[in-house]
Amino acid sequence: MDNELKELYQQVILDHNKSPRNYGKPENYNHFAEGYNPLCGDHVDVYIKVENGIVEDVRFEGSGCAISKSSASLMTSIVKGKKVEEAEKLFDNFHDLVTGKLDDEAVISEMGKLAVFQGVRDFPARVKCASLPWHTMKSALHDEATKITSEP
Amino acid sequence: MNNIKANNNKTDNLRTVITDTSGYDVKRIRKDFPILHTTVHGKPLVYFDNAATTHKPLAVIEKTRKYYEETNSNIHRGVHFLSQKATNEYEEVREKVRGFINAKSHKEIIFTRGATEAINLVASTFGRMNIGEGDEIIISHMEHHSNIVPWQMLAEEKNAIVKVIPINDHGELEMDKLPGLITDRTKLVSIVHVSNSLGTVNPVKEIIDLAHSKGIPVLVDGSQSIQHLKIDVRALDCEFFVFSGHKLYGPTGIGVLYGKEDILDSMPPYQGGGDMIAAVSFERTIYNELPFKFEAGTPNIVGTIGLGTAIDYITSVGIEKIAAYEKQLCDYGAEKFAPIPKFRPIGTAKDKVSVFSFILAGIHPHDIGTILDFEGIAIRTGHHCTQPVMKRFNIPATARVSLAMYNTKEEIDHFVHAINKVFEVFS
Ligand SMILES: Cc1ncc(COP(=O)(O)O)c(C=O)c1O
Repeated sequence: MDNELKELYQQVILDHNKSPRNYGKPENYNHFAEGYNPLCGDHVDVYIKVENGIVEDVRFEGSGCAISKSSASLMTSIVKGKKVEEAEKLFDNFHDLVTGKLDDEAVISEMGKLAVFQGVRDFPARVKCASLPWHTMKSALHDEATKITSEP
Repeated sequence: MNNIKANNNKTDNLRTVITDTSGYDVKRIRKDFPILHTTVHGKPLVYFDNAATTHKPLAVIEKTRKYYEETNSNIHRGVHFLSQKATNEYEEVREKVRGFINAKSHKEIIFTRGATEAINLVASTFGRMNIGEGDEIIISHMEHHSNIVPWQMLAEEKNAIVKVIPINDHGELEMDKLPGLITDRTKLVSIVHVSNSLGTVNPVKEIIDLAHSKGIPVLVDGSQSIQHLKIDVRALDCEFFVFSGHKLYGPTGIGVLYGKEDILDSMPPYQGGGDMIAAVSFERTIYNELPFKFEAGTPNIVGTIGLGTAIDYITSVGIEKIAAYEKQLCDYGAEKFAPIPKFRPIGTAKDKVSVFSFILAGIHPHDIGTILDFEGIAIRTGHHCTQPVMKRFNIPATARVSLAMYNTKEEIDHFVHAINKVFEVFS
C-alpha cells in the first residue's frame, strides 16, 4: 500500500471502523446534537451526559465512511471522563491536527491515540469526515443547534 | 398553452441503437486529450468521472488561446475589425449548436452559464409568467438538484405544486404513474433525459407526446444525453432542451438553452442590461429580438467559441460512432463489474448509458474513492446532486464510474484490479 494511504488508514482507524466503541443511543443523556455533511451524506448523532462539569458518558450513532466512524469512536473513548473544558480543548487540538496546523510534537503526543488522524491533513477532501463528530460533540456540549454541518 | 400541439403520429423510436464502430480509433482519440497522458500519485490517470465534467481536446485548448491571441474583443458593439471578427466567431457557434441539435432557427439557441442557469432562466421567465397558484409542475424522482430546486423556489413563490414521477428498483421511471399525475392544472413537465447518478435513459419522446396530448409543454434536461446520444430537438418536439458545454468536451461556464421560437418570443426577459435591449430611455426600454433578449451583458465569449470547437471535434468523430463505442464499453463494464465481491449496482435500467453507480457492502464510497485515487483512478463518490435518488435506494451515497469517448477496456480492467486494493485495506 502507498505510504500516504497507510498513514490515512492506520490499523487503529480500521479497527475502530470495524468495531466502533460507544455506539448506540444511551438511555440517559442531557446533551445532544445531530451532525450532517451534505457533501457526502455522512450523518452522526452525538449523545452526552454531563454532570458537575464532567463528561460522564458520550455515545454516537450514524452512518459514514471509515474516517468519520473511527473518529467518532475514538473521540467518545477519549473524551469520556474528561472535564467539559478539556473536551473543548481537545476539539481545538484535533481540528488543528487534521488541518495541518499543529506541529508541536509534545501536544500531539499528549493527544494519545487521536494522533493517528494526523494523516488526514494530506487528504483535504477527508478533513470534514474526521472533524464531523467533533463539531457535533462541541455543538452538543453547547446544545447549540440540533443539526450542524462540519466546516473544516 | 394553446401553442402546444399534440403529435398524433405513433411515437417513433429515437433510440435505434447503432453498433457500428468501424473506423473508431480510441488510441488516436486519446492522443487528442493532453490530460489523459498525465499521472496522479505516480500512476497513469484513469479518468472515470466524466459525468461530472469531461476533459478537453487539444483543439479546444488551442482555440481558446488563439482567440485571446488573435481575436479578443467585445461582441455586438464595435465597428472595428476585431470586434467584427469576435462577433462572427461567436455567432457561428450559435449556428453550429443549432445544427448539432437540429433546431429550426439560430434564434432558438440561447447561451447561458450552463444547464443550471438555463433551467433557472425558464423557471423565472416562462415559469413566473405561466405558473400560478394551485398550478402543477411535474418532475421525476431522479432529477439533478438543478431540476428540482428552481421549481421548488417557483412553487413557493406562486403557491404552486411540484409533483414527482416515481422510479422503480431498477432506477427506471414508473411510466404507468405519469397519466395519473397529469391534471388540468399541470403547466409544465421538466424531465431529465439521462440520469447522472443512475445512467437511465428516459423515454422522453413518450413523455413529450403524452404531455402534448394534454397541451403541456416539456423541458428536457440533456446534461447527460448531449454527449452520449444523437439529439434532434425537432424530432423530440420538446419546448425546451438544456445542456452544459463542459460535459460535452467544451469549456466550463457555457451552456445552452434551446427553446421553441414562439415560446421564447412570448417570454419576458431574464436579466436586464446591455445587449438585450434595442433602445433604452428612462421612460421605456425596448427589448432586443431573439436570441439576444436573453443574453444580457458581455457573455462568455471564449467559452462559447471553445464550445464550438468541441462540437466540431465531436462531429468529426461522429456522435453516432461515439455512442456505438460507448455502448461496447458499457456492456464490457457491466460484465466485468458484476463478479466483483460485495458489488451492488445502483441503477440497472434496461436502457442505460455508461454510468455505473455502485456500493460495496460494508465499505463507504468515500473510502473507495480515496483508495482508487491512489491507483490513479478518478471516480465520483457521494450523492451526485441527486439526494432523492439516494433516499429512494436507502443509501447515503454511491461510488460512480462514468465513461466517455476516450475511455478503454484496459482502463476498466485496471479498475477491476484496483478494487482489490480496497478489499486489502478493509479486509
Ligand atoms: C442531469 C444533470 N442536470 C443538470 C446538471 C447541472 O449542470 P451544471 O452544473 O453544468 O449547470 C448536471 C451536472 O451535474 C446533471 O448531471
